[in-house]
Amino acid sequence: MSTAISTNTQTTVEWFYACNVIDVPPNGGVCVKYDDVQIALFRFARRDAWYATQNMCPHRQQMALSRGMTGTHDGEPKVACPFHKKTFSLEDGRCLSDETECSLTTYPVKVENDKVYIGIMQEA
Amino acid sequence: MKIVIIGNGMVSYKFCEKILSKLPARSAEIVVFGEEPRPAYDRVHLSEFFAGKTADDLLMAPADWYASNHITLHLGDPVQQIDRTNKTVHSYKGITEAYDYLVIATGSSAFVPPIPGVDKKGVFIYRTIEDLELMQDYAPKAKRGVVIGGGLLGLEAAKALLDLGISDTHVIEFAPRLMPRQIDESGSRILEQQLKQLGLQIHTNKNTSEVLGDDTMTGLRFADESILEADMLVISAGIKPRDELAKLSGLETGHRGGIVVNEHLQTTDPEIYAIGECALYHGMIYGLVAPGYEMAEVVATHIAGEAQQKTFTGFDMSTKLKLIGVDVASFGDPFVSAESSRSIVFEDTMKGVYKRISITNDGKYLLGGILIGDADAYNMLLQTAKNKVVLPPNPEDVLLGSRGGSQEAGPGVLGLPDDAIICSCESVSKGAICTAVEAGNETLDAIKKCTKAGTCCGGCTPMVKDLITGTMKAQGKYIRNVICEHFAYSRQELYDLIRIKDVRSFDEALDHYGHGDGCEVCKPVVASIMASLWNDMILDKGNDVVQDSNDRFLANIQKGGTYSVVPRIPGGEITPARLLVIAQVALKYNLYTKITGGQRIDLFGAHLSDLPDIWEELIAAGFESGHAYGKALRTVKSCVGSTWCRFGLHDSVSFAIQIEERYRGLRAPHKIKSAVSGCIRECAEAQSKDFGIIATEKGWNLYVGGNGGSKPQHAILLAADLDSETCIRYIDRFLMFYIKTADPLTRTATWLNKLDGGITYLRNVVINDSLGIAEELDREMQALVDKYKCEWKEVVESPELRKRFNHFVNAPGAKDPTVKFDNMREQKKAAEWK
Repeated sequence: MSTAISTNTQTTVEWFYACNVIDVPPNGGVCVKYDDVQIALFRFARRDAWYATQNMCPHRQQMALSRGMTGTHDGEPKVACPFHKKTFSLEDGRCLSDETECSLTTYPVKVENDKVYIGIMQEA
Repeated sequence: MKIVIIGNGMVSYKFCEKILSKLPARSAEIVVFGEEPRPAYDRVHLSEFFAGKTADDLLMAPADWYASNHITLHLGDPVQQIDRTNKTVHSYKGITEAYDYLVIATGSSAFVPPIPGVDKKGVFIYRTIEDLELMQDYAPKAKRGVVIGGGLLGLEAAKALLDLGISDTHVIEFAPRLMPRQIDESGSRILEQQLKQLGLQIHTNKNTSEVLGDDTMTGLRFADESILEADMLVISAGIKPRDELAKLSGLETGHRGGIVVNEHLQTTDPEIYAIGECALYHGMIYGLVAPGYEMAEVVATHIAGEAQQKTFTGFDMSTKLKLIGVDVASFGDPFVSAESSRSIVFEDTMKGVYKRISITNDGKYLLGGILIGDADAYNMLLQTAKNKVVLPPNPEDVLLGSRGGSQEAGPGVLGLPDDAIICSCESVSKGAICTAVEAGNETLDAIKKCTKAGTCCGGCTPMVKDLITGTMKAQGKYIRNVICEHFAYSRQELYDLIRIKDVRSFDEALDHYGHGDGCEVCKPVVASIMASLWNDMILDKGNDVVQDSNDRFLANIQKGGTYSVVPRIPGGEITPARLLVIAQVALKYNLYTKITGGQRIDLFGAHLSDLPDIWEELIAAGFESGHAYGKALRTVKSCVGSTWCRFGLHDSVSFAIQIEERYRGLRAPHKIKSAVSGCIRECAEAQSKDFGIIATEKGWNLYVGGNGGSKPQHAILLAADLDSETCIRYIDRFLMFYIKTADPLTRTATWLNKLDGGITYLRNVVINDSLGIAEELDREMQALVDKYKCEWKEVVESPELRKRFNHFVNAPGAKDPTVKFDNMREQKKAAEWK
């Protein structure tokens, strides 16, 4: 269930089918298994936007971000880790509440026919 | 321009930060040499290493910070030679770097007195993370630890030994008292008494003459021939500036150590600067971090050629610390002579509090002082002294607070002049903060970001908050506790709006009264208000995702990402048959079990996907949710009462069960705890609860507004000798009034403290119905009670809700493979996190 499209000569994005739209609670997140990788997938129903990041919070290395609370700060989408409420931008993954904290890996998301796909960058 | 910095400690890091902000991006090449294997870390909080912080937690900035700011960092590579003629430095590993400016920030090392035997095994110094790691390896073998040095660092080292599990720890001080350089004799005495209570043995007037033992130390011998047996020694008798490189390079150094600098921190070679604990200015070494930061600032402005040149002209050495849990502070000149000043002393040997302030003979100005055991007033007193603020007519008010009358003690932080330094770590003035507030930075976070005030030790944050509200009030702004950027209402306003408009979901609330998407602050507040008003199932109507994480999964998240499960055990009473069920469930799902403080049993280590199955079994046996995860009623603790106890006046267990079942599931601005005691001996500790009940000869006494936690407070008597029915009616009204009017995350104690008119006002509302709302409160509470359902039962019975407890959306039932456990005392525990 995966397709590969070429973006430039070096990297391609592999889109893998994560789940259906109805599997994800509106304005909430779920954890997606991609081989051994855990990806947090977020659905902003009010603005019909989707985001995906690593599921691990870099602060204490806990697999928890998909259970975190979503929200915005000055319009920028973010998620708060349930452990210590560190917040991260869902646009570029940087930590909003602590400049010294590591950033999250982010992934592109697309929705086709009520199916949600997450893009994984592949080095050619 | 090329700048080379020798040393990579806190001051060196601060210098990098400051020079980067003052120069155009990438206009200077910056090279740093550090002797230690890791980048600069927070040495001030070194003792937290033993309290669970890791070396990484203590870093001033992660290693990649240097690279991303284009700073070349050579670690584990001390500079060994400075060639001043060719302006180059040469390192231990053979690196040669040229410089235009050289900054020496080599800091200091521990001063080890020349006592025979200090080279034996078991003798340590307390300076670097490596020293700490060596101590950590050795400590399990040690039964008794000794610290030489009763100053600031020595007491820190003693705390480290206690943290390492050596409860038999001794402190040896040569002088007749502790901290002789910072505090006076009476202060030392109180400090010593407090530390002894915490288990430290203190020996003053002791001159160590020898470390005993063959290879390994076995004890100390003193000049008075007495001997103290011990198997571990930490020497913390002072610091020695690291000036050997400067000396070797022909720079002038002091005869007792330190690199001589002028007011620009230039050494005798004007292109070489020295900052921090290695610098000697006017014959003085500044062994604190704040003056080091100030030096970094002065040098950065000098090198950057800023128009506003700064100079270093000495530094106020006022300090406030927490030593092993005891506040110790001194400010201004703590040792003013008796002729030129008068002093006011407050001493409470019961509580271990000592405060002394020195004021001018005319009583107008504060000169300095010492605070032991309670240093809350430190910042205010320091600023009052520094800025020569005129004291109130009764100067003792600044020490004791004003007693009687509604006037505040002293003019407060708003009375300070604009150049008063509020944040001494980052040297931010009152004027800078007020200007920032006027420019629209009206929150603590915004002020931290734009001025850096409060970002280091955090001690000034209460003053910063006062300045924000004070400045806003002065601008004529109406100060309201609005919830966040998405809702411009206070909790109480939002509560009324949601009730009047019959709002049932977060989205509706946002549509009517908010904007944007919400956030982790407003979502739980709105969810809690709706739960308090309607008592609907909290996971319905899309409200699951606006609940705090624990409420969303109806369990408490724990280290490692598993959850704990707490079934309700009303009044702490449980049958053997039900105990058996808990044991069976714990065995089946491999859960760690522990008795909680609230007389229940907590089952830890449950995988998210196991929660519905676990609850299915518990519910089948008659258990229900304990709401340990919610801002809700937790437990009603009880003593055994008159059914068994020979002193019991009434049946406290039955009453506790009745009350717990009445208010179970009640959502509130914060958690609520209660207890019922069967007599005045108060075994259930009811006076430490949000509401507590104590049996009397004639009925029940009802206490409200108590809590344990970080700021314990006793509950206050609301009404005496009540019959059971009246007691419950008053509790109904008290709780409902609290729910309607409290700010988010405010316990009843704090709410009552802030309530205008306090307990008298509350008594009038609850007992005398002064607001005419008693009937409404009664009705609202009864509606909530009638609507109670166990939310776990609803989840267990709904396949749709059960689905939400999967870890992976695309692999239902699969558990998180990263969850790891260790073993301890025949049970499991969460694997330690990094």
